[in-house]
Amino acid sequence: MPAEKPARSPETPARSAEATAEGAFGRLTGLARRWEGLILVLLVAVMLWASFAVDGFANPSNVSFLLLDTTEIAIMALTMTLVIVAAEIDLSVASTLGLSCAVLGWLWNAGLAIETIMPICLLVGALCGAVNGLLVTRLGLPSLAVTIGTFALYRGLAYVILGDQAVADLPPAYTGLATQTFGPIPLVTVLVAILAALAAVVLHATGLGRSIFALGSNEEAAFFAGVRVKRIKFWLFTASGVFASLASLVYTFRYASARADNGVGLELAVVAAVLLGGVSIFGGRGSLPGVLMAVLLLGVVRNALILADVANEVLNFVTGLLLVASVLAPNLGAVWRRRTTRRSVRLEGNTPR
Amino acid sequence: MSGPEAEVLRDAGAAEAALPGGPGAPNGRGLVERVARVRELGIVVALVALFGVTGAVNPAFLGFDSLRDILLNSAIIAMLAVGQTLVVVTRNVDLSVSSIVGLAAFGGAVILADDPGVPIPVVIAGCVLLGALCGAVNGLLVGVAKVPALVATLGTLYAFRGIDFAVAGGRQVNAADMPEAFLSLGSGSVLGLPLLALVAVVVLLAVGWMMGNLPWGRELYAIGSNPDAAVLAGIRVRRRVVTAFVVNGALAGLAGVMWAARFGTVDATVATGKELDVIAAVVVGGVAIFGGSGTVYGAALGALLLSSITSALAVLRVDALAQTAINGALLIAAIVLDRVLALRVAAALRRRRYRDAR
Repeated sequence: MPAEKPARSPETPARSAEATAEGAFGRLTGLARRWEGLILVLLVAVMLWASFAVDGFANPSNVSFLLLDTTEIAIMALTMTLVIVAAEIDLSVASTLGLSCAVLGWLWNAGLAIETIMPICLLVGALCGAVNGLLVTRLGLPSLAVTIGTFALYRGLAYVILGDQAVADLPPAYTGLATQTFGPIPLVTVLVAILAALAAVVLHATGLGRSIFALGSNEEAAFFAGVRVKRIKFWLFTASGVFASLASLVYTFRYASARADNGVGLELAVVAAVLLGGVSIFGGRGSLPGVLMAVLLLGVVRNALILADVANEVLNFVTGLLLVASVLAPNLGAVWRRRTTRRSVRLEGNTPR
Repeated sequence: MSGPEAEVLRDAGAAEAALPGGPGAPNGRGLVERVARVRELGIVVALVALFGVTGAVNPAFLGFDSLRDILLNSAIIAMLAVGQTLVVVTRNVDLSVSSIVGLAAFGGAVILADDPGVPIPVVIAGCVLLGALCGAVNGLLVGVAKVPALVATLGTLYAFRGIDFAVAGGRQVNAADMPEAFLSLGSGSVLGLPLLALVAVVVLLAVGWMMGNLPWGRELYAIGSNPDAAVLAGIRVRRRVVTAFVVNGALAGLAGVMWAARFGTVDATVATGKELDVIAAVVVGGVAIFGGSGTVYGAALGALLLSSITSALAVLRVDALAQTAINGALLIAAIVLDRVLALRVAAALRRRRYRDAR
């Protein structure tokens, strides 16, 4: 998994740099690092528990099913991480996926070659993202409101284009490719790994990534430091749309069915994974390895519960709970730390800093 | 940059919010108020145009039965929009309302079906209480634990629905299982007006009056205009935010009972996805998504407009599938319009300030 890719971030200074001017900064990244560690421990623990306690979990075919099942969420979580680090949000990703599926089904019914349709789908995704980006950057609208609106708009357009029909007679060459595996590793997981490496390099090893962190933590300061805030945000939203339509291609071929309601509700899983991965909803903090581990963790929990015959809706309950817990835990931890430091300061005789 | 203009407007709104009826207020007050009125007038004009066009195509749309249906259809969404306004005005949002509606609707229906002995008012009160309890969970997460409202209520949206499914376990309660007296609440009328619409209007007027005249109502606006300033002004922000969520939850619980009475068939999927309609209604009705301005009357008008569009589409024989897209487009149009208006007002206020300074 690409999760092992080391995050070469200049933001993670040496651990000993605490009492220096970078103290607050160091503490923050320290928390993030501890959070990722926590997710990793949790992931390993759940995997161990599931392999022993849940029948058929450690089975190779189940492992490849598990990986296959997290593909779309993983792809969309990559760009969602960048968007949320930039202190914005894109709730329309699942609807963009649906619209792209609908366009695929519609054009296939119209008799176009699948090789022509796929780039068109990616273009549709780019367009969806660009509309979000324009509304957010040019008009200065809050991305939450904009993407709740386009969440409805894109899904609605998908229904207008394809109605409630399902297009299932897709070319077997491509549906086969989407479920092809090498041993327990599905082909599409390789695609995810490549995309993840790309996104991780952009976020953690390039100037663009630094700019994204900068504008996410303080947009005005970033602007005055010369970061092209609007341009970067616009392209982040566009990339989010492209990745959503990429996910739609995988989704459509994997289930061999193009429908307007493909992927309804996936935006929750994506946002949940990103936040669980330690990305701050207020922007400026987070890392891709953490997000990928969180995607995997949610996938494992889901898979294990399905194998244990837990109903689908109860699974959503667990996802919702994990989402709330992922934000609640660090908050409560911060409150607790503040209390204890205040007490220790008082005990030490109240030395002014 | 989105900052300075929005702040000017927000400051003006806050000044207005803090001094209800202050006669000596600067002339910015009149301007902001006039814009708000124009905004609500815009919805009324849209409604008139909608009814005019649809009525011209099919006069039956303006008939008594059709209008009654539209009122009934918009009553529940309007009620939820009123509650949502309380939350949105404080710069928060509650995405979990549809799940609270579903939970209350199923809970109420099951009790009525299984224990016919329980008096109906007790069941209604129980559902409202259940809703308030769910609202309290949201309120505590947001107000006390400082989880961002979007995240907290996205989580509880799924958590409450999960509880609903776990309790229901695939069961469906039908109209035949529920007492006649309860169902007649959903279809009954007083003086020709549907009972549910009357309930919604009473709630609307009560909440509208409280938000306009009571201190805690004005404080909600102050919190949404500038949370930090509200703390410094001595407003108990935490308590007010929790209250807004609890009241919103209670109204969602009431809406759940109304849903059960109106439709008669209740399962665990009741009202799924309605949170979007509610937020669309609120935003179309001129409530700023980042808090501090907007009224419950606007939100209710927004709900009426969206429900009327649904009915009009059916009359005009437009595919019902287009409804989602139209809702989304309207929502975006509304926020774009608000933004443009806000920029205009900010510019006008700056000009006046400059003139006054000279």
